[in-house]
Amino acid sequence: MNKTSASTTSASIPPAVPPSAKKPVGQRIKEFVTDYKRQWEIQSMVLPGIIFMIIFCYIPIYGLTIAFKNYTVIDTLSTAPWVGLDNFRIILSDEYFWDAVINTLGISFLKLGIGFIIPIILAIMIYELNMGRFKKFVQTISYLPHFLSWIVLGGMLITWFSTSGLFNELLLNLGLISKPSNILLDAGKYWWIATLSDIWKEAGWGTILYLAIMAKIDPTYYEAARIDGAGRLRQIWNITLPNMKAIISLNLILTVSGLLGSNLDQTLVLMNSQNREKAEVINSYVYRMGMTQGDFSYATAVGLGVSIVSVILLLMANKVTSKLNDNQSVL
Amino acid sequence: MNRKVIREDLDSRIFDAVNKVLLVCFMVIILVPLWNVIISSLSSGRALAEGGFIFWSKEFSLENYRAVFNDSTIGQSFVVSVAKTFLGVITHVFFCAMIGYGLSKRYIRGRKLYVAMGVITMFFSGGMIPTYLLIKSLGLLNSFWVYIIPALFSYYDVVILMNFFRNVPDSLEESAKIDGAGDWHIFLKIFIPLSMPAMATIALFNGVGQWNDFMTTKLYITDQALYPLQMKLYEIIVQSQTQSMQNIGGSVVIETTTKGVQLATIVITTLPIVAMYPILQRYFISGMMLGAVKE
Repeated sequence: MNKTSASTTSASIPPAVPPSAKKPVGQRIKEFVTDYKRQWEIQSMVLPGIIFMIIFCYIPIYGLTIAFKNYTVIDTLSTAPWVGLDNFRIILSDEYFWDAVINTLGISFLKLGIGFIIPIILAIMIYELNMGRFKKFVQTISYLPHFLSWIVLGGMLITWFSTSGLFNELLLNLGLISKPSNILLDAGKYWWIATLSDIWKEAGWGTILYLAIMAKIDPTYYEAARIDGAGRLRQIWNITLPNMKAIISLNLILTVSGLLGSNLDQTLVLMNSQNREKAEVINSYVYRMGMTQGDFSYATAVGLGVSIVSVILLLMANKVTSKLNDNQSVL
Repeated sequence: MNRKVIREDLDSRIFDAVNKVLLVCFMVIILVPLWNVIISSLSSGRALAEGGFIFWSKEFSLENYRAVFNDSTIGQSFVVSVAKTFLGVITHVFFCAMIGYGLSKRYIRGRKLYVAMGVITMFFSGGMIPTYLLIKSLGLLNSFWVYIIPALFSYYDVVILMNFFRNVPDSLEESAKIDGAGDWHIFLKIFIPLSMPAMATIALFNGVGQWNDFMTTKLYITDQALYPLQMKLYEIIVQSQTQSMQNIGGSVVIETTTKGVQLATIVITTLPIVAMYPILQRYFISGMMLGAVKE
């Protein structure tokens, strides 16, 4: 009913509707096929990508349905029996899962509280440097740790924190401790180790985008402020920071939406039997349940539940920051 | 007036000095631990066990490196790492460039659908377990190709290359078409040579990713012969961790040998990245900008 009325109106006023909309589906498919054949050479470049996406991206997305099934090693995806929301019900009463949630949130909030601000401050400090060579040197050194893998950095951290390592030596020399101890075996300090080592690795790299934005600020603003008698800190507060508002909001949204995610590489290399209770995060829990214990359905349910919450967080963060930014959404 | 200028000048100078001092502290925090790792890797087992040094080892020795080079499995891992990085980078860049070139043509039929499919892959994925089940059913478990095939494609890189191809003047393509060249010929002979800077940027980022990748091995490979350096290093770390926990008060000698090997492996694993760093640095800022153009 609706369809016929739509096609008659479009026939009477042709320019208002794109020409393809009024053609019947059969004809459109026929046209597509002739065009596709005519463009075969260029289509043959895109086709492998489409096939790749279907196999490696869309089949796993379809595979998420095992979260609603009871999948065991002997089953295939289609023969496994449906169990509805049973797996999700188990999550609610799984205390190991909630421990992992607490650890994930604890580490994420520490990273958000400290790790979010440091790159901003660092970028401003680098921006304020006027010596070209020193500036270049600082940038070169600060980006370096980003290129180390977490396995390499994990190995380094274990060396630094060992009883005969750098960290204990430093604290002994400063007189802060009297006996060396390995803080990686101290569960209570794990959140701080995870946070600070992440900041050590990524703070410098995090300045790149900020520095690129600051490079576009019109220098005459600073001149005008100087003539008006504004000091350096005042210039930063009133010129530099307002110009970075949009990019800071964007980064904040992305960070908030990633609150439930954590670095699996980092966790796997730094976790040991002594600190596991504080180190197990959602990602590593999914890994352990799925890959080590073979409970594929349950692990998938946990992963899916967490990604749904993450999307909700992303949307909420976007709403809040767009309110702060005069109702302009940065996403 | 004059006094005000002088005072401002003084304030500004104090600001600069404080700023510089803080940044030097920051450099020290990054460089000293790294230096300590290099020095420790060059220390004898005895010096490592005693500890007590920060800048300069008590006893230098090449024994850790000798132990690493005598371990043939580490050499094999090095070969695996190099092979997967080279092959992975070349195939990834070519695959993404090919698709990016196709999508850069606005007239291509089905373009809207292709782009929508690509954008969705940037935000949604099946996650760890469904992907594992797929890799398993494709028979890629314990195969070298698991390093290459699933890493062929990244829609983000496709978009970067697509935008780059768009900036090439249309006249080049048109004149080649008049001369009777096909799309593949134009892509391979004209567009690829022109877009080397963009492809080099993607290649470098992808190369670092391949070299540093550890999860692929951890998830899909159990065959030791296919372990890259990162996985080998992980094994050594886990081994020395358990040893140091069991050996509290036990034999210190075994512990420090593993620790020495661990340190030497860390340095060897990082060396290629450091060697490439000057080239990397030239490209990564332009790379970040290429990415930003998209948004």
